[in-house]
Amino acid sequence: MPVVAQFQITYTQFLDEHAKAQQELPDFAADADEMARMYRFMHLTRVFDQRCINLQRTGQVGTIASSNGHEAAQIGIAAAMRPEDVLAPSYREHGAVIWRGVRMSQLLAVWGGDERGHDWDGPRHDFPYCVPIATQCLHAAGAALGLKMRGANACAVALCGDGATSEGAFYEALNAAGAMKLPVVFLVTNNRYAISMPVEGQTAAETLAQKAIAVGIPGEQVDGNDLIAVRNASESALERARSGGGASLIEALSYRLADHTTADDASRYRDGEEVEQARRRAPLHRMKQFMAERFGWTDEQENALIEELEAEVEKEVEAYLSIPPPRIEDIFEHQFANMPAALEAQREIARKYPVPDHG
Amino acid sequence: MASLTLVEAVNQALAWEMARDDSVVVFGEDVGVNGGVFRATVDLQEKFGTERVFDTPLAEAMIAGLSVGLGTQGFKPVPEIQFMGFIYPALDQIVNHASRLRNRTRGRLTCPMVLRAPFGTGIRAPEHHSESTEAMFAHMPGVRVVIPSSPVRAYGLLLSAIRDPDPVVFLEPKRIYRAFRQEVPDNGEGLPLDTAFVTRPGTDVTVITWGASALETWNAVGELAEEGIDCEVVDLATVSPMDKDTILESVSRTGRAVIVHEAALSGGLGGEVAAILASEGLYSLEAPVIRVGGYDTVPPLARMEYGYIPGIQRIKDAVHECLES
Repeated sequence: MPVVAQFQITYTQFLDEHAKAQQELPDFAADADEMARMYRFMHLTRVFDQRCINLQRTGQVGTIASSNGHEAAQIGIAAAMRPEDVLAPSYREHGAVIWRGVRMSQLLAVWGGDERGHDWDGPRHDFPYCVPIATQCLHAAGAALGLKMRGANACAVALCGDGATSEGAFYEALNAAGAMKLPVVFLVTNNRYAISMPVEGQTAAETLAQKAIAVGIPGEQVDGNDLIAVRNASESALERARSGGGASLIEALSYRLADHTTADDASRYRDGEEVEQARRRAPLHRMKQFMAERFGWTDEQENALIEELEAEVEKEVEAYLSIPPPRIEDIFEHQFANMPAALEAQREIARKYPVPDHG
Repeated sequence: MASLTLVEAVNQALAWEMARDDSVVVFGEDVGVNGGVFRATVDLQEKFGTERVFDTPLAEAMIAGLSVGLGTQGFKPVPEIQFMGFIYPALDQIVNHASRLRNRTRGRLTCPMVLRAPFGTGIRAPEHHSESTEAMFAHMPGVRVVIPSSPVRAYGLLLSAIRDPDPVVFLEPKRIYRAFRQEVPDNGEGLPLDTAFVTRPGTDVTVITWGASALETWNAVGELAEEGIDCEVVDLATVSPMDKDTILESVSRTGRAVIVHEAALSGGLGGEVAAILASEGLYSLEAPVIRVGGYDTVPPLARMEYGYIPGIQRIKDAVHECLES
């Protein structure tokens, strides 16, 4: 029988878990300043994340999703983006949005239950965190359509997880992006779990990257714990998008080192040995070795950096805690550009009743 | 001035606004080359090009989700969902994103989309082509729901919907797409999105309706007039947010209200109108509020669909009941 179509999915890793180069490194990996900058943001993401967990435990923010273990994927793609590109992130992408210029105090406001957090800094055209799964992939495709129609030299990026690849919205976004040749990149951080469901339960496909093949766009798999691999693949995909080459899908293989959120207990569905093994492949560990071997990064520098970042995070925590409380009127203000009369009447009712403090 | 059907008025409004505003983009299933299955978008692709009028892959959630994204890039998306029965995959995008993007970003990003869809029964269509689920959308905060019931209102309301900075679900009663013609001046003038229309002044009873039911209501009140019963007719049109002032003002004069809609009675927007009258117009009422709606059944297929639609006799009976109680 004739073969009418065939495909293959490549896997790219530059640094193995011991930071040993597996192939010739891309040019940016030799740039000490640039590597130090990305490394700094990976650590900042980690320090911020840990502080978020503490704030949740002490009741100062609500339920929060940890990005522990995702630092390379988040910083790798964000560093390949330009300010004029558009980001549509899932709710776990703290590193990517902080890199884009969102203040940590604003992220804390989001998780602290205050909509003002999403009126955030960084590129104002970026989308807020997306909590429904995979729906942001369509927003990125739509923004990409707008960029293409405007003739902008820019592209859109959607970030999602492995669970999202089971959703119709994911496939619909990829399919439309392929059919309409949209300048958009979909990056799936395959962290192996969608809350408790391992990726093997999501799909019988050998890779998530191959889902691109069905819609006619390139798909590839990279080591998502390898900053260099993620950034390199992201740069190629973003450049392809910007230059009229259309959409692509990157599957970044990683591992969720934390619970799904602070409301989750992952020990109910996965064993500690698996997590410990994954921890040895974690991105920060690998980058520290790389920085030491290539650029002479010392333990003193490492400790000084972490101390500096802890102080930076603490300032943002203070900024968050000193945001004046929201007013009940605020929930009415942004439903419509022009408030309907019925809503005005409800606002007047709301004004009469003090909002009970529920901690 | 052209004498137009409702669907031609939709087309005329789209053409006017696309000519006036470069940011207006029309897309959906079969809206381009084919001009839409009801021809609502006919000739638009020829006039405005394939960049601004285009066919999409067949996926309603994608059409709505793409609109959310496109709207953040300075465009005014006017997507079409081919039939209301196929709108449900798009609900996720409408309720979770379009309706709340402004609120959840405190105005940083907005969704100026107008999602058009033909709705309602009565054209001998196959299954899933006959729904009237406007109440579902009216229950979503942050979305306007607009339903024209005449060519003039289709033209003016659609222009205003496109110019409105927030998401509008614009539901077109396909049963009256070609039921009658009206002179529709092509002057680019919009109609307000916060005001119901008194389409017939009267003194004895207020009949509140919208969509295709306006047609049977019109015929029923004509027959009632021959009996000496003078009905005032209110076309609600902007069903959400609802103009309760016009309803209350009318009933304050007539003292009686009958509500007619094609959608299933229970949980329908007639209940909302009745609640407004009960809570803010009770002392005007001289009789119980009567609701006439579609039955609480799946909209039947062709052979029974006119048994389902509130007909002239049911409306007349309801008015009599209201006057006699």
